[in-house]
Amino acid sequence: MEYQISSKAKRTIIATAAVGLVLFIIGIATNMDSEQFKTRLFSNFLIDGFFFFAMALGALFFLALQYATETGWSVAIKRIVEAVASYVQVGIVVLLAVFAVISIMQGGYTEVHGHHVGHIYQWMDPVIASDHSSAQFDSMIANKAPFLTQTFFWIVTIIYMATYFLFYKGFRKRSLQEDIEGGTAIHMKNFAKGALFLVLFGYFSSTSSWHWLMSVDPHWFSTLFGWYTFGGMWCTSMTAIMLLLIYLKKNGYLEKVNDSHIHDVGKWIFATSFLWSYLFFSQFMLYWYADIPEEVIYYTFRIDNYPVIFWGMFMINFIIPMLILMSREAKRNPGILMAVCVIIILGHWADVYMLVTPGTMGEHGTIGFLEVGLFMVFAGIFAYFVLNTLTKAPLMPKNHPYLDESKHHEI
Amino acid sequence: MADRVIYATYDDDHTCLESAKKLVADGVHITDVFSPFPIHGIDPVIGVKQTRLGIVAMMFAVTGLMLAVIGFRYIMIQDWPMNIGGKPNFTLLQNFPAFVPISFEFTVLFAAHGMALTYFLRNKTLPGMPADNPYARNTDDRFTMEIRLSDNHGMSSDELQAKIKQTAIVEIEEKDYVQIK
Repeated sequence: MEYQISSKAKRTIIATAAVGLVLFIIGIATNMDSEQFKTRLFSNFLIDGFFFFAMALGALFFLALQYATETGWSVAIKRIVEAVASYVQVGIVVLLAVFAVISIMQGGYTEVHGHHVGHIYQWMDPVIASDHSSAQFDSMIANKAPFLTQTFFWIVTIIYMATYFLFYKGFRKRSLQEDIEGGTAIHMKNFAKGALFLVLFGYFSSTSSWHWLMSVDPHWFSTLFGWYTFGGMWCTSMTAIMLLLIYLKKNGYLEKVNDSHIHDVGKWIFATSFLWSYLFFSQFMLYWYADIPEEVIYYTFRIDNYPVIFWGMFMINFIIPMLILMSREAKRNPGILMAVCVIIILGHWADVYMLVTPGTMGEHGTIGFLEVGLFMVFAGIFAYFVLNTLTKAPLMPKNHPYLDESKHHEI
Repeated sequence: MADRVIYATYDDDHTCLESAKKLVADGVHITDVFSPFPIHGIDPVIGVKQTRLGIVAMMFAVTGLMLAVIGFRYIMIQDWPMNIGGKPNFTLLQNFPAFVPISFEFTVLFAAHGMALTYFLRNKTLPGMPADNPYARNTDDRFTMEIRLSDNHGMSSDELQAKIKQTAIVEIEEKDYVQIK
């Protein structure tokens, strides 16, 4: 419609993805012979698949939140949120494909010369989970059987994905329909659907993260884990929305979006950074204080083997948004915001890396060409898909009941 | 000579805002506006500066944080180290996670109370202080502009009144300015 992907943006995206692909192939070629190669490869697909899916899912959640709370100010940026959320369609396919391959590999449990070198979902391995006569049989995993089995994993995963997909499609359809029809019937329907989505998402975001991410460490559990990953996902989606907003403003679109809208999204980034840091610390402190060996191993292992990434990502995701985004002026300054957003995205990628890699690869995880390359490929696909969705509809909704309020938003 | 003041009263916040814009464009200096609730967007029109309450909040927060650190360092580490769950109790840094919640509480407590008290003091609205709104209905449904003659040297009282009367006022009154507090 009114927005077209400029040739410069297209070139940048293709160049990013191409450079990423080259780095990824270099990474594969140089690591092919290592014992951890298979684990490393699939860990990375899981990390990037989840990270970008979560970025879109956070935007879908934010959209539902705006509907359920009947928020006025965000109407002018609604299409941006929808565009970021639209990646869930690709994210679902990618993540399901990754899960399918891991399932076919029966969790990817790898042994070299009789010792364990890595796994993705080790509970998927029938020998470990149910063969009582085997030396590898793990009674702790076997005792978690109703939850940690392939059948249950796939049933709930498909329910989650179907719910996310259908709600995205529904919100998008009604949003475009509203442009044509107007009135308040669609608005009230969005209100009800938004509230319903929040309830479902409240359960699903927790339970899905237990299955998808926490189960790479099948002996360990944390009830806070779901909120923790949710805090990170919300924060990254707000940064994605902000980056897109700044990009569009810079190129002369969205003339009705003013400093106050930018300021509000900036506040969200600030607040969600705190939410994430709060949950990080809540989880950390409880284990640190109780100091029960089977629980605290999760943290001691990370602190011993990945001190730089573990503490570094906490500092980046907590200190930088806190100090830089605290003042009002910073939240209205596109340059500062852009820099902070890019840093936060990298920081939260490192967070997801910390969730997966120490569990799958033990102490052998590194960040090299493979990691950087695959991240760039995914970033390219994400950016292209999101911009492509933006071209499909007018950037400003037409008949939303609170449109006028949003146009005159001033704080 | 005692200062004289004109009180122009409106019955709608939007009219008041539009009239303020018009008067300011005419060169009238509006000293203050009394209203039952905040009128969005009037601050820059009548030249009220951006609040510095945020800086005050930061100062109170840092004070609270420092007090907390001094407090728990002296009480829990220096003076009487206590063994709680076998946590390192002779070094502040290693035991710091245990003190993060209290640091947070102190920071928030000081920032919140400090901000509220500063706000009341600065606006002179502590409980028991006399109200300075010119009319009782300013707390209900009337919006009053205060225009002091001493702030508008270029204009006579009549000129000012003539300009104000062009806007949609419901009342206008000129009297000696009385400093309430």
